[in-house]
Amino acid sequence: MRRLRWFRYASPQTFYPLAGRLVPVFAVLAAVSGAIGLYLGFFVAPTDAQQGEAYRIIFVHVPASWMSMVLSRVMAFWAGVGLVFNTRLSSMMAHALAPTGAMFTFLSLWTGALWGRPTWGTYWVWDARLTSELILFFLYIGYMALAAAIDDPRRGDRASAVLALVGVVNVPIIYFSVQWWNTLHQGASVSLTRAPTMAATMLAGMLVMTFAFWMYSIAVALSRVRAILLEREAHTDWARAVARAEAA
Amino acid sequence: MNRPSVAAAFAGLVHRDLLLAARRKSEPLFALGFFVIVASLFPLGLGPEPELLRRIAPGVLWVAALLAAMLSLGRLFAADYEDGTLEAIAVAPVPLAVAVLAKVAAHWLVTGVPLVLASPVLALQYGLPAEAIAVLAASLLLGTPVLSFVGAIGAALTLGVRGGGVLLALLVLPLYVPPLVFGAGAVDARLAGLPAGANLSLLGACLALAAGLAPVAAAAAVRIALE
Repeated sequence: MRRLRWFRYASPQTFYPLAGRLVPVFAVLAAVSGAIGLYLGFFVAPTDAQQGEAYRIIFVHVPASWMSMVLSRVMAFWAGVGLVFNTRLSSMMAHALAPTGAMFTFLSLWTGALWGRPTWGTYWVWDARLTSELILFFLYIGYMALAAAIDDPRRGDRASAVLALVGVVNVPIIYFSVQWWNTLHQGASVSLTRAPTMAATMLAGMLVMTFAFWMYSIAVALSRVRAILLEREAHTDWARAVARAEAA
Repeated sequence: MNRPSVAAAFAGLVHRDLLLAARRKSEPLFALGFFVIVASLFPLGLGPEPELLRRIAPGVLWVAALLAAMLSLGRLFAADYEDGTLEAIAVAPVPLAVAVLAKVAAHWLVTGVPLVLASPVLALQYGLPAEAIAVLAASLLLGTPVLSFVGAIGAALTLGVRGGGVLLALLVLPLYVPPLVFGAGAVDARLAGLPAGANLSLLGACLALAAGLAPVAAAAAVRIALE
């Protein structure tokens, strides 16, 4: 029986063209599902009884928040794999995911502020979720800063992987501590979890948008990892050949 | 060659670091000076109303202690890293995590304990009542080791890195949120007439978790820095 070749695509040389073929697929999926999701969100979903049209930012806000949290886990997973198995590609994948994760965290905070203004009357409250999202943003920034500050790429990979794992252990602790802190100071005057069940079309729009954000994240991470690969492997023959072919 | 026992190696490292700190005299006190000065600047900026000062005291004193602890982290491994001692420690037949634990313990004795001891005096400046002062000192006693443990990871990760000091702050400060929340929360609760036990227990839980995991993570980071 032939052994499954799990690690075939762990080699930069074989992964680079594979990623190049996959990027357009995911990009098209992201564009199509994004268009469907936005159409559902803006035209099909009913107007909210309490919040009017302002609630429609939910179709960007909630998927962005989900992605910000999921990507931090995915990033820590790849960083951990890179640290344990010493696979360079995994560490590069973690690096490639970090800016996208930080972008979604920022997007979540930004859209949250824009949503908060008409509904709560303020751009920012020190709510547990908002605060822990802000701290998640700081953790992403710290990860990218550490990776950028270390000149030796392998050392940078491993050091930032340790930081990513420490961060992923800390995120739930920070979340619960902030929740505790908030409940001590003030009652839940503003709750993000609204009791009324949402219409099926709203949920559908949100799920389609989440799918679009997933596809976008994969497409962007793959094209970023291709750039990192070329940069790191610039001394090898295959990378030079690729660079020459793409320049021509 | 007989292998040194882990306990003897631990005690030896703590003794060495304490001796080094004692010979340097002034340097360990920088963090304490920073703590006192920052805590004294807030009333100058906010005005001397006793009501206001009493209300902000837990947060201000905790943030000042946290920043002081953070600023002292730079010296935790840096001197040993520069003169090669850290490499000798890493190849010694003792788990590196134990050596890190010893260095963190010595660092806390030199920089953390003075903060705990000075906090009641500063709390008096802010007009805190006696029972709240006791809670503040207790929360710092439990919390400053957490700051040293978590900070050790950041200090090891930024060894020999460009712009290490500012980067260290960027990495470590978000991780300091839980001890800050629980520590300042304990004093706040006492001021509001509530029992502070829950907050102090959670702070103790943070300490237990940090003491178990941080030395391992910091040891891994030291190894990466030494490669």
